[in-house]
Amino acid sequence: MSEETLSAGQSTDDERVLDRISLTQAGLYTSLVGLVLFYLVPVQSGFVTSIKTSDALINTQPFAPPGPNGATLESWEFAFNALSQGLINSLLFTVPATVLCAVLGSMAAYGLTLVNWRGQVAVFVLFIAGIFIPYQAVIVPLTQFWSQYAMLDHRLGLILSSHHATILELIITHTAYGIPICTLLFRSQYKTMSWEMIEAARLDGASVWRIYRRIVLPLSIPMFAVVFIFQFTQIWNEFLFSLTIIGSVNDSAASATLILSGLGEALEGVDYPLRMAGALITAIPTLIVYLLFADKFAEGVRV
Amino acid sequence: MKRLVAILRAIRNKRRIRTDGGTTDERSTVKRWLDSDFLQSAPFWGPPLILMGLFVYGAIGWNFLLSLTDYSGFGGPDYTNLGLQNYSRMVQDPAIWEATWNTVVLLVVFTIACLALGLVLAILLDREIRFGRAFRTIYLLPFALSFIVTAQFWRWMYNVNDGIVNQFIGLFGLGPYNWLGDPRLVLGSVIFALVWQFSGYTMVIYLAALRSIPTEQYEAARVDGAGTFRMYWRVIVPQLRPAIVSATVVLVLFALKAFDFLYAVFDGYRPRQGADILATKMMREGFNNSEWAYSSAIGLTLFILSLAVIAPYLYTQYKRGNL
Repeated sequence: MSEETLSAGQSTDDERVLDRISLTQAGLYTSLVGLVLFYLVPVQSGFVTSIKTSDALINTQPFAPPGPNGATLESWEFAFNALSQGLINSLLFTVPATVLCAVLGSMAAYGLTLVNWRGQVAVFVLFIAGIFIPYQAVIVPLTQFWSQYAMLDHRLGLILSSHHATILELIITHTAYGIPICTLLFRSQYKTMSWEMIEAARLDGASVWRIYRRIVLPLSIPMFAVVFIFQFTQIWNEFLFSLTIIGSVNDSAASATLILSGLGEALEGVDYPLRMAGALITAIPTLIVYLLFADKFAEGVRV
Repeated sequence: MKRLVAILRAIRNKRRIRTDGGTTDERSTVKRWLDSDFLQSAPFWGPPLILMGLFVYGAIGWNFLLSLTDYSGFGGPDYTNLGLQNYSRMVQDPAIWEATWNTVVLLVVFTIACLALGLVLAILLDREIRFGRAFRTIYLLPFALSFIVTAQFWRWMYNVNDGIVNQFIGLFGLGPYNWLGDPRLVLGSVIFALVWQFSGYTMVIYLAALRSIPTEQYEAARVDGAGTFRMYWRVIVPQLRPAIVSATVVLVLFALKAFDFLYAVFDGYRPRQGADILATKMMREGFNNSEWAYSSAIGLTLFILSLAVIAPYLYTQYKRGNL
C-alpha cells in the first residue's frame, strides 16, 4: 500500500465522519427544537388564547395569534381585577414564610451538621422524612387546629383583622412544612464545609453561636439565594393549604392559586381566554423568579 | 483577649485531665453537660424541630386518633369511643379499590414515563451545544409553574372542539377524542400532562449525575467502538442508579398526592369517572362530604403507603453514610 492511497482513504473516511457528525448534529438540534415546541406549546397557546375576542376564539386556530381585529385585553383586565387581591395575599404569606423557612432551616442544618453530638442523624432523619409526608395525612387535623383550637382571629381579634389572622395561619403552616426541605438544602452545603476552620475557631474559644454568625452564615449566602428562590416558587404555587385553611374563594385572604381555581365559574361554560389570562397572571411572579435565576432554581431542585 | 483564650484553654485542659483521672464530682458533671455540644447546639435545631415536629408528627398522630372516631358533619370529634370501623369501611368501599387501582396505574406509568423522557432530555443536553442552558431552562419551565396554572393550559389543550391535541392527531386522521371526559382516556390524559410538567425535573437530576461521571469513561467507551446509544446504555446508565432511585422516590411520592392538578382540571373535588385517586377520594370525603373520620383514615393509608417508599430509601441512604 502506497502512502498516497492511504491518505486518500483517510480523507474520504474523514469526510464520511464529518458528514455523519453534521447529520447527527442536525438530528440533535431538530429533536431539541421539537422538544421546545412540546414544552412551550401549552403556554404559547394559552397566551394567544388569552388575548382573543370570543369571535376570534372560534375562528382562529388555538395556537395562532388572533390578528388585529380579534385581539383584546379584556380577559387580562377582568382576570387582573379578580386576582389582584389574591396576588397581594399570596405575596403577604409567601415572602415571610420563605424567609422564616430559610432562617430556621439554616439553623437546624447547622445544629445537626457542624456541631458534633450523638444522635444527630436520628434527629435529621425526622427532618428528612418530613419532606416526603403527604399533606393528605395531616390536613384534617391541621384545619381542625386552626379553625377550632388556635382560632387566631378570635384570640388576636384586638390586634389582627380576620383577614390578617388567616394570612398569619398560612405563614406559620408554610414555615412548619417548609423547614424540612430547607434543612436538607443547607445541610448539603454544610457537609462540604471545612472542618478544620471550625475546629480552629472552637479551640480559640469561639462559642457555637459565634461560629454560626461569623463563619457559617457568611458562607451560606449563596445557599440562602437558592433556598429563597426554590421556596418562593413552592409556596406561591401551593394550593392544598390555601384550599383548606382559607376555605372559600370569596374570603378576603384568598390566595392567587385559590382564586384562579374558580375563576369565572359562575359564567356559562368555561371562559377559556379568561382562564388563560388568569393562569398567566398567577404564574408571572414565579416565571420572573424562575427566568432570572434558572440556575439557582435548578440547584434547589437537584439536591 | 489572647490571655483570656489561654485561660479558657487551660480550664478546658484541666477539665479533661480531671475526667481522665476519674475524680469528677457531681457539680462538674452537670457543668460539663451544660457545656456539651448537644446542649449548645440545641437552640439551633430545637425550635425548628418543635415547630416542624408538631405540625408533621403531631398532626399525623392526631390524624390517626381522628381516624378511630366516628367524626362527621359539624361539631367536634368524640374521642371516648374509638374503633377501627373506618378502616373496615374502606375495605368494603368499591370506590376505594377503584381509586387504589388508579393510584397504582398513575404511579407506575407516570414514574416510568418521567424517568425515560428525562433521560432522553439529559442525554441530548449532556454535551457541548449552542444554547444548552436555554434548552434546559425551557424544559424545566413547566416544573416551576403551579398545578393550578398548568391545569388551565391542559384543559384548553384537551378541549374537544378546538384543542391542540385533537387538531394534532387530526393531521393523522384520528380523533377527535374527549380526552378529559372519556373514562377510558382520562387517566392517560392526566398522566401525559403530568409527565409534561415533571420530565424536566428528572432531566435536572440526571444531568447532575452525568456531569459527575469522569470524561475518561466516555472516551474509553468510544475507543472500544461503542455507538452512542450502546455507550449510554452499557456504560453510563448503570452509573445513574443513585440518581434514578432518588428521582423515583420523589416521583412516586408526588404521584401519591397529585391532588391539586385533578382538582383544577375537573373544577372540584370529584374528578371525572376513571380519574379518581386516593388523594382526591380522601379530600372529597373530608372537605366535600364532611366525613372527617373516614377521610382521616384514607389520609393515614396514604401516609403508610409513602412510608413504605421512604423508609427503605432512607435506610439505604443511612447505610451508605449519605445522611
